[in-house]
Formats: sequence, C-alpha cells, structure tokens
Amino acid sequence: MKPEVITMNINGRAHHIALEPNVTLLTTLRDLGYTDVKCGCEKGDCGACAILLRLPGADSAEAVNSCLVLTWQADGADITTVAGLGTAEQPHPLHSAFADTGAIQCGYCSPGLIIAAKALLDRNPHPTEQEIREAIEGNLCRCTGYGHIIDAIRTAADKMSSGKGGAR
Amino acid sequence: MSRYTAKQLPPTNLPELRQIGKPLRRVDAMGKAVGSTVYAGDFSLPLMLHAKVFRSTQSSALIKRLDVSNARAMAGVVCVLTAADVPNAKLVSDMPGQTGQKQRTGSDVPVLASDRVRFYGEPIALIAAETLDIAERAMRMIDIEYEPLPGVYDPLEAMKPGAPILHPPDNVVARWKIRKGDLEKGFAEANHVVENTFRMRYQEHAYLEPEAGVAWIDERGVITIRVSTQVIEHFRSIARAVGVPQNRIRIQGTMVGGGFGGKEDVTVEIYLALLAKHTNRPVRLVYTREESIFGHSKRHPYVIRHRTGVKTNGRITAAEIEVVSDSGAYPYLSPYVLLYTLVMSTGPYRVDNLHVDAATIATNNPYTSAFRGFGGPQACFAYEQQMDAIAERLGMDPLEVRKVNYVRTGDTTATGQPIESAAWLEETATRSMEALGGKTPERGPIKVGQGFSSYFQSYGRIMWLHDTSQAWVGVELDGTVTVRAGVPELGAGQANSLCQIAAEVLGVPLDRVSIYCTDSAITPLSGTSTATRQLYMSGNATLMAATNVRKVLLEHASKTLAAEIENLDMAEGRAFVKSDPSRFIDLPDLAKGCAAEGSHLASLAMFKAPFKDPIDPETGQGPVFPDFTFGSYAVEVAVDTETGQITVLKAAACHDIGRAINRAAVEGQIAGGGMQGLGYALMEDLIVKDGVIQTPSLSEYLIPTCKDFPTTTVIILESGTGVGPFGAKGIGEPSLTPAAPAVASAVADAIGIRIHELPLTPERVLAAIDGAKK
Repeated sequence: MKPEVITMNINGRAHHIALEPNVTLLTTLRDLGYTDVKCGCEKGDCGACAILLRLPGADSAEAVNSCLVLTWQADGADITTVAGLGTAEQPHPLHSAFADTGAIQCGYCSPGLIIAAKALLDRNPHPTEQEIREAIEGNLCRCTGYGHIIDAIRTAADKMSSGKGGAR
Repeated sequence: MSRYTAKQLPPTNLPELRQIGKPLRRVDAMGKAVGSTVYAGDFSLPLMLHAKVFRSTQSSALIKRLDVSNARAMAGVVCVLTAADVPNAKLVSDMPGQTGQKQRTGSDVPVLASDRVRFYGEPIALIAAETLDIAERAMRMIDIEYEPLPGVYDPLEAMKPGAPILHPPDNVVARWKIRKGDLEKGFAEANHVVENTFRMRYQEHAYLEPEAGVAWIDERGVITIRVSTQVIEHFRSIARAVGVPQNRIRIQGTMVGGGFGGKEDVTVEIYLALLAKHTNRPVRLVYTREESIFGHSKRHPYVIRHRTGVKTNGRITAAEIEVVSDSGAYPYLSPYVLLYTLVMSTGPYRVDNLHVDAATIATNNPYTSAFRGFGGPQACFAYEQQMDAIAERLGMDPLEVRKVNYVRTGDTTATGQPIESAAWLEETATRSMEALGGKTPERGPIKVGQGFSSYFQSYGRIMWLHDTSQAWVGVELDGTVTVRAGVPELGAGQANSLCQIAAEVLGVPLDRVSIYCTDSAITPLSGTSTATRQLYMSGNATLMAATNVRKVLLEHASKTLAAEIENLDMAEGRAFVKSDPSRFIDLPDLAKGCAAEGSHLASLAMFKAPFKDPIDPETGQGPVFPDFTFGSYAVEVAVDTETGQITVLKAAACHDIGRAINRAAVEGQIAGGGMQGLGYALMEDLIVKDGVIQTPSLSEYLIPTCKDFPTTTVIILESGTGVGPFGAKGIGEPSLTPAAPAVASAVADAIGIRIHELPLTPERVLAAIDGAKK
C-alpha cells in the first residue's frame, strides 16, 4: 500500500507525516524525536511505551501501549507522552512524586508508569492500593520492587486532590 | 514500608552528618521522570546507519557455506561484515576493566563465528544499512549452510569421556577447591551426616532497556561509542578486537536502563566500532527483546551437593561440598562466578573441616556470566536449605541450629579469611521473622508457612585484581560543586551517592552538586559498576577528593574568620565558626578568595582496595574480598496443595548495610533485589531445549509484576563497620541472595516437604507433594 498522510497532535504540536500502514505508533513517535516513549519489547508485554491516546470523537484519553497501535489507527488523534505532562522546571505532581519517593531507579519504565498512573488518576482521583496495583499491572519494573512506585502514585493523588500540586 | 533503625555509628572526621543517610531526591531522578534523559537507543546522528546482527540458528554446527553477496548487493545496504572481513576480531573473555595482565589462555571469543558455531544465537555477520527495515530484509538475504555437530547440553554429561568438546582439551573451563582442616576427623566427630543435592536453573536479567548503542568516528579519528554499559573500561578490549590503539576508542556511557550484570560483559560495542570503522558513518544498533534474550548471558545453572557432619547440639564438624555450574559455550566470567560460589559455599557458618570441589563446564547452551549475586544466590539456596535439613534431622529450631554455627567477627570464611566487620546474623534473622508477625490462618487445602534465610555476600572486587577508583571534585566560583567520575549509573544511585558524599563534605545542598560521569576519555576512570563496588570504591575516592577540597577551603576560612580550623564547619553553602555560627563566610566568597590566592579548588583522588595475592590453588586458602555484607530475609507463603500454586503473603528483609548514604536508594535496592529473588524462586523459568531458549519474550519468560508479590518490608541496620565511606557496606547484590532459600524454607514449613530445585513452579510443588504421598 502507498503511504498516507497521517495527522496527529502530539504534546500540543501538530504533525503531518506520510507513512506506510505497517508502522507502529511507537516507531513513529520515536522517529519524530519523542524518545521519552521507551521501547522495551514491541509486543505489549512491558508497558514502557505507554502514552495517552485520545482518538477523534473520544471523550477522554486512554493509556495504551504505543507498540500495539498502528500509526494509521491514530489518524487525527491527540497524543500525550510523559514529556507532555510537564518539564523539570514545571513538573507534573506525578513527576515530582516519582522523583522524590525513590520510585525511579534506572528510569526506563518510569515514562510508561507515569502515563499509566495519570490515566488512573484522571478517572479515579482517590485510588486504593489495590486499584493502583491493577492500573500498573501491565507496566514491568525490574529495579524497584514496585513499593516506592505505589507510594509515589499515592503521594501524587494526595497532592493533586488537595490542589497543591498544580495539576494539569 | 520501612523501618529505619539507626544504631550508634562510629564517629567520622566530620563534626556532624547533615545529608548522609537522608532519602534526598537523586540527581538523576527528575530527568528520568520527565523523559529528558537520553538513553543509548534514543540517540541519533546525521546520516546514521542502522545495524543488525545475523546469528546462528544452530547450537552446534560447522558453517559449510556463508554467502553474503545477495545481502551486500541490496540497495540501501552499506556494509556486511563476516569473520573473513575481520579475521583478528577476538574478544578477550576475562574480568573486565583490568590492566590486561590477568588473561586466561584459550578463552577468547571470536567476535564473529568463522567455521563453527557453539551456541544458538552466536553472531556470524553484521549488517549496516540506510534504514532498519533494509537491514532486517538484508538478514534474510544471507545464505548459510550448516553441518550439524553433536552438541552437549548438560554439564554433567559434558564432563564424561567421549563428550563433544567445545574448546580443547576438555570441557572443564575452571576448577577451584578448598582443603581445610581434617575432613575425616570432622566426620568422625559427627553424630549425624546430612546429604542433599540442590539444583538451580537459569535466570534472565530482563532489564527493561535492551542493549543499545551508537558509534561514530569523531574529528580526531577516535571511534566513539555511546552505549549502555556497566563497564566503560571495556574500551581496552574493544580496541584490541578492532585493531586500534586504546586511546582511539572512547566510551560514552549512558544512563543504563537496568544492568544486573547483563551489561557487564561487552554487548554491542565491538559490532558498532567495526561497522563505524568500515563505513566511516555513524551506526546505531539496538537489540529487540528477543535478540537481547538470545544475545546476552544468563545466571548459571548449578548443581550443588552438600554432605555435612553435625553433632547432636547442631555444631557442624565437617562439610564436603561439590559444585558444578554450566558455563555455556564461552567462558566469559564463569571462572570468577564459580570462585564467588566457592568462597560463599558454606554460608555464614563456621566450618573448620572442609573440602569443596567446584568446576564450571562448557556446554552448547547459552553462555552464562554475571548476574546480581554472581554465584552467591546459588550457594545460598544450597547452604540455607541444608541448614534447614540439618535442623529437621536434629529436631532443632532453624534459628537455633544457625546460632550454634553463625560466624562472628574474627572468625574466618571458607577460604580462611578473617571477617573484620560486624556480622549481624542472629539480629537480622530475628528481626526479619518478627516483621512477618503471626501466621496467617490456613483454609482447607491452602497451607501457610514461614521461613527465613541468612547469608553473607562480598562487596568489592576480588583483591588480587588490584582494584582502584578515581574521582574528581571541584568547587566553582559561585559555590556550586562539580564531581567527575567514570562511574556508570545503573539506576541504583551510583552517581547520586558520590554527589551526596561531596555535598556532605563541602556543606552544600545536593541540588548544588552536578556530576559528569561515565566517559572513558574525559572523566577519571572509576572502574566497573559491578561487584557491589561503586559506593565502596568510588564513594571512598569521592570522599578523599572532597576532603582535600574542604581542607583548602577551611584553611582560607580560618584566616578570613580568624578561627582555628578545628572550630570551623561547613553547611548550607557556607563555612562558619562552630562556637559562633553568626561568624561565617559564604562559599562563593570563599571560593573567589581561594582563586584569588591561587589555591587549588579541585582534587583528583584515587582509592585503592587492599591488594592481595591469589588464594593457594591447592588449599583454596587466603583472603579474597575486602569485606562482606550480612543479613536475612523472611517470607510467609500460602501453598495450594491442590494446584501447587505458591502465593507470597509477606516478605521482610533485614540487612546490616554499614551506613545508608541515601535511605530511599537503599530501600529501593533491598526491595528491588528481593523482588528479583522472589522471581528467581517462584516464576522465572528460562526453558532451554537442546541449547535453544524456548521462552524468548516477556510473555513467556515472566518476571514479577506489581501484583505477583507483596511489597517487602525493609529493615535497615547500620553497624557503621563497613570499609566504604562513613562505614558503609554494599547492598546492590546482597539484596537478592537470600530470597529464594527463604521461600523454599517457608514452603517446607507449610507442606512439610523440602524442594531442592528452583524455580518452585506449581508443577514442581505438585510433583513433590505426589512424591511424598508414595
């Protein structure tokens, strides 16, 4: 099949790119320079490539593994990667909580985990520990043993619901 | 999740510790959180080529014909290299990062196989193409014809006469032994002899970041390799393999997306260097997950037999231990892994009459090398199960039999090395078991058990490797602090620890410290991020360098403030008079004053570990490691006796880490290492059939998710008796070691059956239950 021009809004930037149908969204994002989206397995096993995807017409964004989405399927979508949530100078409360609780060791799983946590807190601002575990079950971390990650998500949830974290 | 227990720590040369031990935000954390950290596979350069490695699909075969002409002729393919193009490319397979005088003979690994392949996945050809897609298609255009050779896939078979030989003269890659005391006399004194054989299988590192790197030739002709590695000192062996001088290879280490020993050996560096050299263009090589699993080492499978003589009171009178490990197709670090097993073979127990015979054997299986614990976890699984078996035989409590035999400070290890630091074994065992609390009630076929294990594990390298580390610390004119050290940051906080030490010594907040690290050309070489050595080695080097700078600053402050140096301290970005803190000088003014006088506001320091000679080859006696970490791990499990399923209900770890530098980082090591240990115990099952890995993905080789195991309760003890900075010991590797035997012990407590083989899969548990019924 011939390339088609796909339009996407990524972290607030508009992109128009010509692509063949077999290119995954993970590859497209990384080729465009969004290397904060990590590649761990390309099979949906690890969650390192998770992003927030809002398809045209959808009410809200969902956390998806970008390796399991073809870029053609994301035509017209709004995409948020972990870098789209904030910067080191103006971090999202999840960024700060992950950095402050020891939730980040090697850091390779962190972008996907923060995205999974963002999707959780968007639909459930006061999750229980069990709900947090269910939300991040698809994100593998080989370093931390997950305890600090769960602490971080709880901390961010508290900050965001108390309005002190500058949630966006 | 943690209980933090500070003991009375020994005095340091600083008046007060303000930052050491605090769970401060690590210097590398925010960049990783917001995604601005550029990992090895994230980097690209103009006109960069994309590489692939063509690998063997046979475990043991001759290469009868290799034709790459069709691949070479493809549009977009820039370079295809085979062994014929790089006939001298050999990787010296030995302890990395050394000066080169310690090589074994016959252990070199061909970078590309020429006439024979010895394992499935062995590299045969390298491709560089304009796009990854073209490189992948070119792989399918390579024509190869094999003539299968008989292979050997079991180390015990490989030791027998007539077995296929991988590297002449025989399959024995290395042997170590211990002959200590009088074994016959020891067994004669025993009231009981307990004998068991334990089997452990592979473990895959499964770091989230597959191997990756980019290489280019810079404007001076230096082959520069930006790579995810635990060892930047590999530039020496890379230079040899590529055929250039050592100062023509530069390693820029990136933040490593998990290492655990799997990035301790050379990974993509030589392939990248060869392709960059032959194409004169930048080249990137990133492994897929499958290629990562086929392409790097594994934790060694072991068979360990213990025969132990004990008196009725539980005292061990003699032990005979046999160890065989599977080294796979090439030696890599197997001889050294085996040495660690030898040193730790008895566990932290006094055994005066001891024979140990250990061998590591070549097979056509995937090669095995470093993995967190480095032969310690296998030793621990065996010696702790054996201690429990002894307790059962004697009708003693598992802790009581250990208390009779635990080593104490001043006792010697199996190789006769005196233990000089604190050996808090009983305390850690008691505390970890206490943390479990009461036993969860059983329900029908669900049986509940609790168990613990104790361990000791070295930190720092083998002393006859003559290990050193360098670090540079300087103060800028605005009062900020710069650290330069070659340390690779694997995620454990190796780089941050150095910053936190410099911040403490120079009295500045941690966020005023910046580190440049992991560059073989421009940062002082700090040695490998392996062997739980970085805090010990580079921490001490940084402490030395920062202390030198502090001295210069305080000498100047002494004049400015008209106070004795002994009456001065540094904190919060200033030097002040202890008896009157209203008299102070801000660090920028101090730095400018020193600069105006021409005082040197920077220091490069080298820390040397103790240098020793190798152990006696006949008796295995002599000191091996700088020091040891001690601790215990306890778990509660529920065993479903109908399905064999084991559920971990509680886990608690208690380690004496000497002194915490960053408490959150220590907790992370203990909890994360414990989790890898639970995975090793219960679910991580790398299936290898005729040398071929059957589970080359993360949906087949399962590692723990957040729902598989509970969060470990972490109990940190600080004896302050380690040889690291401020009395620190090491915790990176020790955190994993005791988990698996604790699980086996808890399972035995639950169902009354001791399983001697890892992993404890439902099938194995059910088979053991069925076997016990018969």
